[in-house]
Amino acid sequence: MANTNDSLTSVIELGNTEHESVVNQKRMAKRKLYDKLFYRLCQSTILLALVTLVILVVHIIISGVSWLSLDFFTNFTSRFAEQAGIKAAIMGSMWVLVLTAAFAIPLGVSAAIFLEEYAPKKKWVEWIQINIGNLAGMPSIVYGLVGLTVFVRYLNFERSLLAGSLTLALLVLPIIIISSQEAIKAVPLSLREAAYALGAKKWQVVFLQVLPAALPGILTGVILSISRAIGETAPLIVIGALSFVAFTPASIWDEFTVLPIQIYNWASKPQEEFHQLAAAAIIVLLVLLFAMNFLAIYLRQKYQRYKL
Amino acid sequence: MSASASENSEIILETKDLNVFYGDKQAIHSVNMQVKKGTVAALIGPSGCGKSTFLRSLNRMNDFVSTARVDGKVFYQGKNLYSKKVDPVELRSQIGMVFQKPNPFPKSIYKNITWGPKINGFTGDMDLLVEKSLKRAALWGEVKDRLHDSAFDLSGGQQQRLCIARTIAMNPDVILMDEPCSALDPRSTQAIEDLITELKRRYTIIIVTHNMQQAGRISDETYFFHEGNLIESGDTKQIFTKPSVQMTEDYITGRFG
Ligand SMILES: Nc1ncnc2c1ncn2[C@@H]1O[C@H](COP(=O)(O)OP(=O)(O)OP(=O)(O)O)[C@@H](O)[C@H]1O
Ligand SMILES: [Mg+2]
Repeated sequence: MANTNDSLTSVIELGNTEHESVVNQKRMAKRKLYDKLFYRLCQSTILLALVTLVILVVHIIISGVSWLSLDFFTNFTSRFAEQAGIKAAIMGSMWVLVLTAAFAIPLGVSAAIFLEEYAPKKKWVEWIQINIGNLAGMPSIVYGLVGLTVFVRYLNFERSLLAGSLTLALLVLPIIIISSQEAIKAVPLSLREAAYALGAKKWQVVFLQVLPAALPGILTGVILSISRAIGETAPLIVIGALSFVAFTPASIWDEFTVLPIQIYNWASKPQEEFHQLAAAAIIVLLVLLFAMNFLAIYLRQKYQRYKL
Repeated sequence: MSASASENSEIILETKDLNVFYGDKQAIHSVNMQVKKGTVAALIGPSGCGKSTFLRSLNRMNDFVSTARVDGKVFYQGKNLYSKKVDPVELRSQIGMVFQKPNPFPKSIYKNITWGPKINGFTGDMDLLVEKSLKRAALWGEVKDRLHDSAFDLSGGQQQRLCIARTIAMNPDVILMDEPCSALDPRSTQAIEDLITELKRRYTIIIVTHNMQQAGRISDETYFFHEGNLIESGDTKQIFTKPSVQMTEDYITGRFG
């Protein structure tokens, strides 16, 4: 008790001395100025980013919006701009989205559960963890080369949806693992303790309490990484996804194209009409990506009230 | 000394030369303790003296602290808790724990109560169990119309009583409480103190508290810890009126701590 009193008085004294030293008004004014300058600097950085984004989006909308019609969605690509559409690309993107999710989510989430809950605190686990981090920062074209070597050539999947989706699944796997691990880590110890104190076994704590509590965070990470896969071009070009596809894939063994490749293809043509088609396809891709991001935000908000 | 304690002096929980280490650092030094069935034991002592550490070694919650190591024996109904034959999972369903900060599950009030019994294979009438547990925790009246609302909508004091109800639903023999009132206002504290007095007819309670008045009001026996050692223990009235160790007196009267 006496201790607390002592420290209390010393705090008050400290406060006093500081108050006296503040007589230096000049220094104070300078500090305030820096404060303001820094604030303005941050503000202008954000503004710059926003303005750039708006200019880009507006530019794309202006050049592409007139091409958005029902035909644009129901036609295959064509040598004639007026008849060209994104049917094959959008169907291909949907296939890739579903397949990539189907491969990457179960694998990534289980890996995260293993690493967080079950892996021993050993050197080799630490080593794996570090390399997952490294993989997450790897340029996507490297994944394309891996996909080409392993899936296309070695496993003989050729230029199929399967090869493409597996490649993209590899690409997003590290991100899914890391974000799921973060979500699991964020579940407070008190929740686990509460469960254990009621005589729960480890798997019951992990699967009935920790995972449900981590689910919104896991979902957010999963959606954001899958949306990254949808926007990827380079690895798919490396594995040889086609750019001129006049059919919709019917199975995972079929060849395919996706929206970003279609965009890339049109944008590299000399004619202005095709550039506008590319802009129209970009609008569609952007809408898709924004929708996925909003879904992620929505899920996070929805479960916010359960935040511990 | 309360009536129930003198009538029934069967020892339910006993520690023998209990040492607890965190890494190389020893947090509990050779503590011997005997708790009688149907009594309330209070653990007191300055912050950092090892009360929580000691309490958590009584239902093997320290198993989850990777650096913690327990040496010595804890007998519960004659069995050593740290022998290989004892299943800590089963043990924790008999020795329940209420934590310092209310930690309800992010589920409905109803499911907070039923989760423990369910995973332990309880097949009886859940509605009845929920009602009974909430009544015993003195919470039924306040929540009976909103059993399916989120437990997070409750006040701190209500949440803590829900956590007690959740523990009671397992029908444990012993309830360990680690400063259950420290996050609560005086009224909720009063409610929980009343509850503890009520509960000791059925359960044995070991409670950590920083509140001397509280220890004096609700406990039958008091254990005073200092730097990992059990300095003095015995009948609460005696400890509070004529302690035999100077340090105990200094602590109780607020001269240090
Ligand atoms: N997980 C841990 N790892 C290492 N040391 C720990 C750990 N938990 C507690 N300790 C140390 O063990 C000692 C006893 O801690 P403990 O939490 O049991 O004290 P306490 O009596 O419950 O204190 P309080 O009244 O503040 O809750 C302290 O010195 C503390 O720093
Ligand atoms: Mg403590």
